[in-house]
Amino acid sequence: MAIFKDDVRYAESHEWVKLEGDVATIGISDYAQHALGDIVYVDMPEVGDEMAAGDVFGAVESVKAASDLICPVSGEVVEINEALEDAPESINADAFANWIIKVKVSDPAEVDALLDVAAYTQLCENE
Amino acid sequence: MEEVIKTTCLHDRHVDLGALMSPFAGYDMPIQYKGITEEHNAVRHNVGVFDVSHMGEVRVKGADAEKFVNHIFVNDVTGAPDGQIFYGMMCYENGGTVDDLLVYKVNDNEFFLVINASNIDKDVAWIMQNTTGFDVEVTDESLYYGELAIQGPNAEDTIARIFDLPVKEIAFYNFKTLHVEGEDIIVSRTGYTGEDGFEIYASHEFTIRAWDKLMDAGVQPCGLGCRDTLRFEVGLPLYGDELSETISPIEASLSMFVKLDKPEFIGKDALAAQKANGVTRRIVGLQLEGNAIPRHGYPVEVNGQQVGEITTGYRSISTGLSVAMAMINKPYDKLGTEVEVRIRKKTFPAKVVKKRFYDKNYKK
Repeated sequence: MAIFKDDVRYAESHEWVKLEGDVATIGISDYAQHALGDIVYVDMPEVGDEMAAGDVFGAVESVKAASDLICPVSGEVVEINEALEDAPESINADAFANWIIKVKVSDPAEVDALLDVAAYTQLCENE
Repeated sequence: MEEVIKTTCLHDRHVDLGALMSPFAGYDMPIQYKGITEEHNAVRHNVGVFDVSHMGEVRVKGADAEKFVNHIFVNDVTGAPDGQIFYGMMCYENGGTVDDLLVYKVNDNEFFLVINASNIDKDVAWIMQNTTGFDVEVTDESLYYGELAIQGPNAEDTIARIFDLPVKEIAFYNFKTLHVEGEDIIVSRTGYTGEDGFEIYASHEFTIRAWDKLMDAGVQPCGLGCRDTLRFEVGLPLYGDELSETISPIEASLSMFVKLDKPEFIGKDALAAQKANGVTRRIVGLQLEGNAIPRHGYPVEVNGQQVGEITTGYRSISTGLSVAMAMINKPYDKLGTEVEVRIRKKTFPAKVVKKRFYDKNYKK
């Protein structure tokens, strides 16, 4: 069964966001990694790329298919998780510990507007 | 109007096993049970079983059966021994492909055709409409038969042990009709994985009992997800990707199955012309530099101009390489040609290679 952590926010497109100061750490939910199956590749942006909320920032690929990653917040990419280049499957093992990018947000209110754990759990139950 | 989704006789078993189910060819089919990688590796290195009961079966009987099969089929079944199986295609007059199929020779007056699930209605109509002038009777037996594919280097021993069937006596691309548990079943040494293995065609009741025995013996159930990764790695085509109504067997680089020395068959003139004059495009293999994964439909480019597209692509589970089959315009189809594959916003360098990314391991 999927794990739903309550100290992060969620996007309807199944990314999680954790805001610390003005830096948002972004990954995909445990529900999403379950649905994708064996992850074999993570396509990530470059540090310095500017994102608007809703932009595609990369893709996470299972054996079978590629799924776009959508940036839930606006800002500048300040770090990418380079460990995923060699070990993309670590997302299957722990989708929360293995974040994908960090974004210096231009509008922290965008994070507050995301789903809380109750709303996101509800969304997944209805899928 | 929404089409009612069909199910195989093993549908409840798949659901009980917790399979990820998805529509394929009008059937609700298992894509994976544990995971594509684990199931793929079970078939490469041990044994796995697939429910392929969605496949279609058509029987052709009559005094003209051999002549008729040779008329609709690009391979040549003339004078073959009983029990032999042929792979090949049915083509339209223009050389486009109706379907790819296996033809089982029961005897001179009877052949058993195994066709793709997605094409059953179209194929049966095509076969029927071409019987004019031939003394044959065509029967669609798709609803009767269940089918299991038991594949992998340990398939032979597993079947011999669990079912006590004389599978060791069946040679590669041959079959036997066996009377078991009160019915005739068909057992062939065939498959779609590049590994040794068998396919068993039988009633739904037999198929369910056989499945349960395989599960009790701990054989890995395998879904359509790894069926695709396995066939892809050894360069086998999938109708809809590498073959279609607009892709001929010559363009699909499958001309070894097209016997132009036969007196006649539907599509012969068009295919002979393609062979003689050359085609403008053909299916090749591509190997990408790096880890990005090419997928069906992604453009292939040279100097920013599109010269083809990916038909199937994966990170090969067996080799770890990012590889693809692609339909490429000439002259960019030559081995070693450097091209680029567009994946989302970027392009990635790739090279034309043989479309066999992993060596077949058949017992011939």
